[in-house]
Amino acid sequence: MRYLCLVCFDAAVIDTLPPGEWDRIVRDSAEYDRELQRRGHFVAAEALMSPDTATTVRMRQGKMSATDGPFAELKEQVAGFILIEAADLNEAMRIGANIPLARIGCVEVRPVM
Amino acid sequence: MSDAAAAIEAVYRVEAPRVLATLIRLLGGFDRAEEALHDAWLAALDSWPHKGIPANPRAWLVSAGRFKAIDRIRREARFNAASEQLAQAIELAAEPDEDDAPAIVDDQLRLIFTCCHPALAPDAQVALTLREVCGLTTEAIAAAYLAKPVTIAQRIVRAKGKIRDARIPYVVPGPEELPERIETVLQVIYLVFNEGYLASSGDSALRTDLCAEAIRLARLLATLIEEPEVRGLLALMLLQDARRAARVRDGEIVPLEEQERGLWNAAQIAEGQALVRRVLAGRFSLYSVQAAIAASHGPAGSDWPRIVGFYDMLLRLDPSPIVALNRAVAVAMRDGPAAGLALVEQLAEDLADYRLWHAARADLLRRLGRLDEAKHAYAAALDLTVQEAERRFIERRLRELQP
Repeated sequence: MRYLCLVCFDAAVIDTLPPGEWDRIVRDSAEYDRELQRRGHFVAAEALMSPDTATTVRMRQGKMSATDGPFAELKEQVAGFILIEAADLNEAMRIGANIPLARIGCVEVRPVM
Repeated sequence: MSDAAAAIEAVYRVEAPRVLATLIRLLGGFDRAEEALHDAWLAALDSWPHKGIPANPRAWLVSAGRFKAIDRIRREARFNAASEQLAQAIELAAEPDEDDAPAIVDDQLRLIFTCCHPALAPDAQVALTLREVCGLTTEAIAAAYLAKPVTIAQRIVRAKGKIRDARIPYVVPGPEELPERIETVLQVIYLVFNEGYLASSGDSALRTDLCAEAIRLARLLATLIEEPEVRGLLALMLLQDARRAARVRDGEIVPLEEQERGLWNAAQIAEGQALVRRVLAGRFSLYSVQAAIAASHGPAGSDWPRIVGFYDMLLRLDPSPIVALNRAVAVAMRDGPAAGLALVEQLAEDLADYRLWHAARADLLRRLGRLDEAKHAYAAALDLTVQEAERRFIERRLRELQP
């Protein structure tokens, strides 16, 4: 079964980390993707640019409206995703919790229909 | 109801949750298992009055439920090839032996861990455990939690939907996950127990059932898991439950030091104390230290210096103002009300809205003869109290303070 791990965090946290910690998380993240590939869990993953670059669009009565920024103004914003293959929610939760950014942010684990 | 019908009903009440746990594993889901259990019960009502209750009613019900489920799936299968495959898979899966007690216990544990899965909301964990593991009706759960039956039903349906859709597995977690998973299970069990033990509203027979179920579940866990916290919680509940008969008199809560200790259940206290001795030989943890405190209240009296020592330990494990309040009350028993009051006053900021802080403060002021202040403190406690038995106790104290 496939699960989407939505990785969220507050970018402001980066400035509060001890020196070298952010670089380590970035390195670990790349390594974690490779590990998931080796173990057969990896389907796809992408990191996203900062929420400042987001545009939210809607279609109403055939007319598009756009607003600057993400659709919800939350401190912890979606920063990327990993789509995984896992036997059940227990395995998916374990994979999600071990995503390096889960140490400073959070990961929403959602089954794919 | 005739005696025979009542006997059948009684067997079913005990066996149904255990049968359900096994059917969920065999049939791979709650909905199918519940349907099958219902069908098995109808078959039992048809057969048992004539042929008598079978020697192993649990195995009989599992077997009947399994066949009925296969039948049902076959009927669906006329339209669907996947259903036929499922029916065959269930037919081929080994049926538990009549005497396969360990498999049955494992199914019960699987069910507990599934109902207490951390991916479910805490109130859903409790409702689902009471419904599926303990076999309480939705109405009974609603009555215990002062909620509408429809609210509880929705909570249970939602939780079952998540178990199915997000694929929460029907397994006892492996050794690496067990410690953190067991924590949630123990929390749910203790919530069930406290609901039965502390609340004063509702049907008292139902509340005794909740305590008995919580103790049964902890015993079941203790058979599987060599985890001191499981035994610690079991000991804590046994010791608290042993004081049940002395805890309320004429609908009024009786404080521990005024309880008639002859009414305590001596056998249960002995069992709890033996467990505490075993647990304390290992590492100290939250439930075992609380159990050690409960074990220090014996039929002959309470060992206050020892109790204060355990509260010091508990405060290190759980540095919360409520633990600090309980410790202050124990200090008052050891060193006198003035020493206790000094500690209680330090907690004023954290616990200003906590009824038991006002009640403890009132009691110490009363014992120090500062009666006007005691009256004000009791009144403040009364304002915050919703439990009837506690209300009556405080009202009596207030009456006693009138000149």
